[in-house]
Amino acid sequence: MAWHGRTGTRRRWIVGVLIGVMALGAGWAPAAQAADPIKIGFGMALTGALAGNGKAALMAMQMWAEDVNKKGGLLGRPVELVYYDDQTKPAAVPGIYTKLLDVDKVNFIVSGYGTNVIAPLMPIAVERNLVVMGLFGMANNEKLKYKNYFQIMPSGPNPFLGWSQGFFEVAAKQQPKPQTIALVGADAEYPHNALIGAREHAKHFGFKIVYDGKYPPSTVDYTPIIRAIKATNPDLVYVASYPPDSAGIIQAAHEVGLPAKMFGGGMVGLQFAALQTKLATKLNGVVNYEFYVPEPTVKFPGIDDFLARYQAQAEKAGVDPLGHYIPPFAYAYVQVLGQAVEATKSVDQKKVAEYIQANEFNTIVGKIRFAPNGEWAKSRVLMVQFQNIKGGDVAQFKKPGTRVLLYPEEWKSGKLIYPYTAAQK
Amino acid sequence: MVSLDLLLNAIVAGILLGGFYAAVSLGISVSFGLLDIVNIAHPAFVILGSYTAYAMNRFAGLDPLLTGLLFTPVFYALGVMVYRLYYLGFERKGEESLRGLVFFFGTLFIVEVVLLLAYGVDYRMIEADYVGRSFHIGVVGIAFRLLLPCLVGLMITLALHLFLSRTFYGRAIKAVSQDSQALRLMGVNPVKIKRIAFALSIATASLAGALLILIGPVEPSIGREYIGRVFAIVVLGGMGSISGTLVAGIILGIAESLTSTFSGPSWAPAVSFGILLVVLAVRPAGLLGR
Repeated sequence: MAWHGRTGTRRRWIVGVLIGVMALGAGWAPAAQAADPIKIGFGMALTGALAGNGKAALMAMQMWAEDVNKKGGLLGRPVELVYYDDQTKPAAVPGIYTKLLDVDKVNFIVSGYGTNVIAPLMPIAVERNLVVMGLFGMANNEKLKYKNYFQIMPSGPNPFLGWSQGFFEVAAKQQPKPQTIALVGADAEYPHNALIGAREHAKHFGFKIVYDGKYPPSTVDYTPIIRAIKATNPDLVYVASYPPDSAGIIQAAHEVGLPAKMFGGGMVGLQFAALQTKLATKLNGVVNYEFYVPEPTVKFPGIDDFLARYQAQAEKAGVDPLGHYIPPFAYAYVQVLGQAVEATKSVDQKKVAEYIQANEFNTIVGKIRFAPNGEWAKSRVLMVQFQNIKGGDVAQFKKPGTRVLLYPEEWKSGKLIYPYTAAQK
Repeated sequence: MVSLDLLLNAIVAGILLGGFYAAVSLGISVSFGLLDIVNIAHPAFVILGSYTAYAMNRFAGLDPLLTGLLFTPVFYALGVMVYRLYYLGFERKGEESLRGLVFFFGTLFIVEVVLLLAYGVDYRMIEADYVGRSFHIGVVGIAFRLLLPCLVGLMITLALHLFLSRTFYGRAIKAVSQDSQALRLMGVNPVKIKRIAFALSIATASLAGALLILIGPVEPSIGREYIGRVFAIVVLGGMGSISGTLVAGIILGIAESLTSTFSGPSWAPAVSFGILLVVLAVRPAGLLGR
């Protein structure tokens, strides 16, 4: 009996310990899960040609993660950003995302900056049926029609057309109405797509195309191109270019004396302080796209606070001190993802994707609703004209008045100086 | 019908561009053409020269051309150090071919990363009164932004040509490219001569960098855009031929400019490399090569 008793006591003791361990385990499990971060993975251009934009975007995303974590995270779990430098190389993208998904086990992926790095990400997202948030991709989903892709650049449901809509709308309203147009852009993905839209608009508005050319991205001197354009005597000159070409083209236009009535359109780089301050007065009269400008007619809840915090850190981080172009949108695209996770109370890809497809989001760049192809349901590409620039002081670009908003009509903040040559005087 | 006005402007623009191309390629002509050192980090030193000009312009208000000249000795010293490393690490052991290439590839990355850390990733431009100004001779418009780099390129070419043909060290550099053993028998240390030649190539790269930032904005990795073009110019001109480098630079400059003006700029690289292929088929040693 004693043995039995002893055995019984031992058995009860073992069972008790086991139950205790299980109970503790059960108690610990939710606690461990609560501490597990929600990981958002991405590659970003931290070196290479587009690193200026990539670093600024990363800083904005880190600000969002910090803001979310201060408020307790998403679903009670902290947010962790897991990222690698894609070196602005599309070839690096598949390897980075495979590692993020298979090794780092991220919960969500978002894209790096730009069309060229989003393109190689798409097959991975499609194959695994993942939600993918795109950062400034130009028509990446036009052929795939992938339902879980959402892109934050406000070029609208038809990005080819939405991109240059404002330029042509503004031009068509001028008197006497312009008759001819020259189209020029770099021989690369974005300019190629932008020029497709520009050709369609030219046809729609009845502008005769008198020059339609592309140049290699390694071009050093743009004066022969501008002279060739000048020889065709166009009323309008639409340019789709990357930052170094934008600077070269504006300098060449200034030196050659381009007599166009409207000049600009899709020039990347003119949104950044680095080129604004150096090109300075040469920018006066150029009409170009923007996504945000500090004009009194453009106010979104939270953007002033965001920009104040961003600008305070920007110089030290060596990124664009203005932060008007990419950073608010980089903040917004993770903001959309975060709001969808909170609303669905889930990290399930399908549920989150369906929620983003069906709902409108309040972000620091305004209200966003996505079209079935993942682009903004309505284009909101702004068209501005550089005016009143005096010298190269960066402070003038932080205030209203140097980028006067011409389009869309409801946010118009000033009048176009027409023709371009009048604004140059 | 081709407009005479456009044609003249395209030719002048091509010559101006060619002078600049020659300035960027001269260093490669010396290191690759004369010393057989495949310095693919050359464009990185060009960009380092650009950033030096940018920094001195921003913080001390110095003209980029003046900075280029003032810093030539500093870059010469840098070239001496880089060659020393290359010689001790690879050339002396006879491992200069593949491992040497990796060394310069690594140097390219290091220079880029240092610039990234120091200046960030934004495009940088300089301020000078003459940038953005132009003048006309008849129907031909000439921008100072392109004229000055061309003139400086011509001066560097002339100076280097005179140095290599008229001075003892210049002739020794030419000799070391032909037969370093024979040079040693003449009592001259070929390693020292190579060191001088390599350092000269880096010094010209820095000066070319100051010219580059006059023409347009730069960022740390923009030098890679020039690797193919500068090697093509050196091969087209004839390996190690300084005057050939100038001629090749101007030919490619004019070809690019004419193509951009009359046939669409996207054809410019195809025309340039087409010229290279045709010339190599007819003259395998290049235009002025031996």
